[in-house]
Amino acid sequence: MSSKLNQMIASKYFSFFVTLALFVILYGAGMAIYKGFMRPQVFLNLFIDNAALIIVTIGITFTLIIAGIDLSVGAVLALVCMVLAWLLANTGIPLGLAVLLVLVMGTVFGAVQGYIITKFDLQPFIITLAGMFFCRGLTAVISQDTIQIVNPDWVALASYRIDLGVGFISIGAVVALIMIAIAAIVLGFTKFGRAVFAIGGSESSAALMGLPVFRTKVMVYAISGFCASMGGLAYSLIMLTGYNLHGLGMEMDAIASSVIGGTLLTGGVGFIPGALIGVLIQGVILTFISFQGTLSAWWTKIVVGALLCVFIIMQALITEQKSKLSSKRSMEDNNNPPQAATAAQ
Amino acid sequence: MDMLKKFSGSSLFLPVVALSVLLIFNTLFVDGFLTIQMTEDGHLYGRLVDILNRSCSLIILALGMTFVIATSGIDISVGAVVAISAAVVCTLIGGRGDGVAEMPMSVAMLAAVGVGVLCGMWNGLLVAKFKIQAVVATLILMTAGRGVAQLMTEGQIITVYYKPFEYIAGFLPNMPLPTNIFIALAMVLLVAVLMKKTSIGLFVQSVGINPTAARYAGINVTMVIFLVYAFSGLCAGVSGLIESSLIRAADANNAGLNMEMDAILAVALGGTLLSGGKFYVGGSVIGAITIQTLTTTMYALGVSADQLPVVKAAAVIIICLIQSKKAQEMFDKWKASRHSQQKNDNKAVFGKAVKQL
Repeated sequence: MSSKLNQMIASKYFSFFVTLALFVILYGAGMAIYKGFMRPQVFLNLFIDNAALIIVTIGITFTLIIAGIDLSVGAVLALVCMVLAWLLANTGIPLGLAVLLVLVMGTVFGAVQGYIITKFDLQPFIITLAGMFFCRGLTAVISQDTIQIVNPDWVALASYRIDLGVGFISIGAVVALIMIAIAAIVLGFTKFGRAVFAIGGSESSAALMGLPVFRTKVMVYAISGFCASMGGLAYSLIMLTGYNLHGLGMEMDAIASSVIGGTLLTGGVGFIPGALIGVLIQGVILTFISFQGTLSAWWTKIVVGALLCVFIIMQALITEQKSKLSSKRSMEDNNNPPQAATAAQ
Repeated sequence: MDMLKKFSGSSLFLPVVALSVLLIFNTLFVDGFLTIQMTEDGHLYGRLVDILNRSCSLIILALGMTFVIATSGIDISVGAVVAISAAVVCTLIGGRGDGVAEMPMSVAMLAAVGVGVLCGMWNGLLVAKFKIQAVVATLILMTAGRGVAQLMTEGQIITVYYKPFEYIAGFLPNMPLPTNIFIALAMVLLVAVLMKKTSIGLFVQSVGINPTAARYAGINVTMVIFLVYAFSGLCAGVSGLIESSLIRAADANNAGLNMEMDAILAVALGGTLLSGGKFYVGGSVIGAITIQTLTTTMYALGVSADQLPVVKAAAVIIICLIQSKKAQEMFDKWKASRHSQQKNDNKAVFGKAVKQL
């Protein structure tokens, strides 16, 4: 029995199942307390309201897997919202081109960060922290006031709802779900994805194996930048404005979601569907607070921070347990060779 | 010439040069920059005093940050801790319009600093005991901390009318300089004495260079890291007192905003490597004054507070590049390949870096 439990804890997906169980329990509790939780639309709203966060979390998960971090995502999101609003308000360029421009901008920004980090061997957090301040500042340079987006096409896109029979979802949510699927496939089933995990496990081993470490790392940060700017577009669809304080502290929410969803901060382990559940848990907490009515929105941040702590500490304990297990297994190896294969996982 | 060479190799070179350039720039372009007047009630008054006054909280933050960075960690929660400490002191004294304190000010101040230390200990616990990366551990408090401060002040900006509260960042009667300059001086002296008379500095440094080796050498690594974060929390708590006294209010949203960046920048500018190890307290202090001078200069040039991070972010990246070993290697290679032009190029590159600072 205990060996089965140990095996379960050592499984790659243990964290994911804990998260899933937590989500189900939270949602069940919500249904028990508030009747409103029963409506399917409340569930779908989780996706609509958190579309931007879901997309940003995908990018963050990539950087966390290679044992890096990207603190600039919230600021990039704000910058994208602002540039899009500014372009639409002050220039005559068509909507499609403006969207393409901001996407390219975000991706290039991410790639530049990745290049500086990798080329000069600098700590990712300091460079992306600088990137965060840079983007926030730049957003304020463009405009210190809110810029409204009045472009009819973008407004129409923002209010477009896809009917699912039991409820509806927005364009942003659909984009988020598609990106989740793509990211899961890229990480799970492509050469690039395997290289990402290998670098996260051990960068020098990956380099010795002949994997393109430099290119992969830069690409990971570029992906993070791309996801942040995609998230910016989704955010812009909800807010329809460009404003300096959009997405403040979102990097923390995204990192929290990713970690709650089973990404190890030490790198090498990550699971995209887990990250999605991580975001949804935060969404449920927010829904709780809005159903409750009297609690201040600041409680979300505090609860998420506490949750993040719990999960990080759980991770630390699991990692310790795992290393204990594997050393035990390697001692048993002589008697029982086939088990070594499972232990290696 | 030899002395010049010695100086250019020392850790103080970069911050001192940056500070001098800023001061020269200000002297040339800002009217009456260097004049210091004595007001009737015996207070010194002038732009230089102002810069020194404003840089106090940053100096104190940079002190704590220096040790954290020396252990190859980072504390990005200091800004939020400043907000928490400000919220504590202001809620305890209370915003009563008749200028009466609800709690004695000394109790409120002690509580604020104590809460700062608690926050630091929390960070230390996560980093030292649970071995969580410093960025992530302190990121939790960075975002959640402002929420806590917001809850304490119930989303309001609490303005304190209690008169003695001004003294923390203002003038005590018959004192030529504001009190916070003395507070900062006391903290710097305390650290300097600790460095000179104890081996704490050596412990911190060896933990930063190689924690495993430090452990085998008999240093309690966990304890050192824990204390370093607690000290950073203490510094942030004291900073919070000064920041709130400056505006006589607690603003949970804006108190200490972006200060973590300034503190990191000050430490990096002071010559301490962000990867840990050798650290320079004096460099950090001068770095902090430099940052404040830069901020004041930018304000004088009409750059607004929320645009300022662009300049500072650029400065951080440049300093990181200057410090980076790989960049130095590349620079050396490039220098060798263009040996003939060496001197001119050297000057040009350095001139550019200084200009962008």
